[in-house]
Amino acid sequence: MNIVVLLKQVPDTTAKISVVSGRINEDSVSKWSMSPYDEYALESALQLKESTNGSLIAITCGPDRCAKMLTDAAAVGADNLIHVVHEGYLDSMQIQSLLSSAINKVGADVVLCGKQAADTNSGSTGPGIAELIGAGCATHVSEVKYENGNFSAIRLNSSGSEKISMSVPCVFAFDKGLSELRRPNVRGIMMAKKKDITKLDAGELGVTVSESEVKLISHASPPEKAPGQKFEGASSIPTVVTKLRDEANVI
Amino acid sequence: MLTIIAENTGNSLHIITSQLAGAATTLGMKSQIICPNGIGADEAAMITGVTKVTSVLGDCFGVFDSTAWADAISSSIEEGVGIILASATPQGRELAAVIAAKRNIPIVQDAVALSPGIEVTRSIYSGKAVEKILVSGDCVITIRPNSFEAAINDNAAPINTVNNSSDVRVAVQEAMAKASERLDVSEADIIISGGRGMGSKDNFSYLEEIADALGAAVGASRAVVDEWGMPHTIQVGQTGKTVTPSLYIAVGISGAIQHLAGMRSSKYIVAINKDPDAPIFNVADYGIVASWEDALPVLKEELGKLS
Repeated sequence: MNIVVLLKQVPDTTAKISVVSGRINEDSVSKWSMSPYDEYALESALQLKESTNGSLIAITCGPDRCAKMLTDAAAVGADNLIHVVHEGYLDSMQIQSLLSSAINKVGADVVLCGKQAADTNSGSTGPGIAELIGAGCATHVSEVKYENGNFSAIRLNSSGSEKISMSVPCVFAFDKGLSELRRPNVRGIMMAKKKDITKLDAGELGVTVSESEVKLISHASPPEKAPGQKFEGASSIPTVVTKLRDEANVI
Repeated sequence: MLTIIAENTGNSLHIITSQLAGAATTLGMKSQIICPNGIGADEAAMITGVTKVTSVLGDCFGVFDSTAWADAISSSIEEGVGIILASATPQGRELAAVIAAKRNIPIVQDAVALSPGIEVTRSIYSGKAVEKILVSGDCVITIRPNSFEAAINDNAAPINTVNNSSDVRVAVQEAMAKASERLDVSEADIIISGGRGMGSKDNFSYLEEIADALGAAVGASRAVVDEWGMPHTIQVGQTGKTVTPSLYIAVGISGAIQHLAGMRSSKYIVAINKDPDAPIFNVADYGIVASWEDALPVLKEELGKLS
């Protein structure tokens, strides 16, 4: 069984995001990490690999710095590493074309990814790829298992949660689940350093990245708030409630 | 003309659908509305600025299956239709992403503002930055709930019905935990959230009482979701929900950068914390230096006087 996990490297959630001349200043990002929901997808992929004796292929798309994240994935047990090398802005169609071509190259029974990346916060990649590779799709899932030739998962929905099943091939986009994330051991880290990363560019994947009809105009920092009013002690609460009613008009 | 994919609550139209029509009005455009499974079509026909409503009926609509739904819905929308608007709810985003891939057009998710051109404003890095995007061709755009005024009802647009189904791949084995009866934090207009300063999970009952009095949703910081096993669905912050209510009340939340990212765009923020140096006070419109034990009973009493 081929289990593919899609990983994205993003600024760590603790990192400050600064903007210079209308663009995010990537050079000032203090730490790059695997996107948090992708970590849950990776953990689940490792569990599936163990339960099915399958092969785990980790794929990412991004600039050179992302290679380190693939090595981190190998340290916990990813068997094959594929880096679709690309610098700069890609729209949803372009990123999905690149990733689905890479997936089709290796062939996937199941594709796991995070429900959204911590930088763009979009959540389009998993569902879009499901459509492009002709797979079924479920998002906001956890606890994916392979049972009797089908995959099952717990899916969150507006009325609570449900256990669903899908036949192969399928795509699961992960929410935060109950799983503890595993940490690499020393042996894993040493082995991972020797692991080859297959680097592919758009041309090798047969994808033409043409000019997008969706263009980035600018990035900006969120608008600064005017300094607030500070009060001492619970006795100030009647004043604050009055202000919420008369000044802010929110209650 | 814009095409709107309606969102429903199971048996009627979700208010976000009227907000999508409101977004179309902002762009000075009329819209047609597609109602999956025909739900809410009568209500959709009443929305001002709507020229046509299409009810798409099919067996596939029994269970949410984005690839099947997208197939059935997309084949009822003409080619080269321009902009398709959908809601940036969890289900709306997934469906919209499949429709975009199917039609081979890009998607821009979770817009908070639109201006003619079309220029889209959206929040990125969970609120740590804002981006503006120019869309010049056919595109799917999802809209964050409560970002636009709902269009009013003063219309009687024609409704036509089409039968389009598709192969379903998702099977529901078992319905499990029921969502709490409480409002969802991503849709609520007022949120009261607790953090580690609340001391224990049990003390959230004090927040719930106030939430009930205000018609508010209860939220939580990552620390308490992780450590006290509270549902992840109420987590506000970078690995939880990004929220923009009119009023956000943070109780016993210190204000880590990841939490601030998820709530700093709230219209008004009240912080209650016994530590006067807590970073949450930097984003609060009204900061109250007090313990929750002292503050919440007074807050409850004062709110009670309002009604």
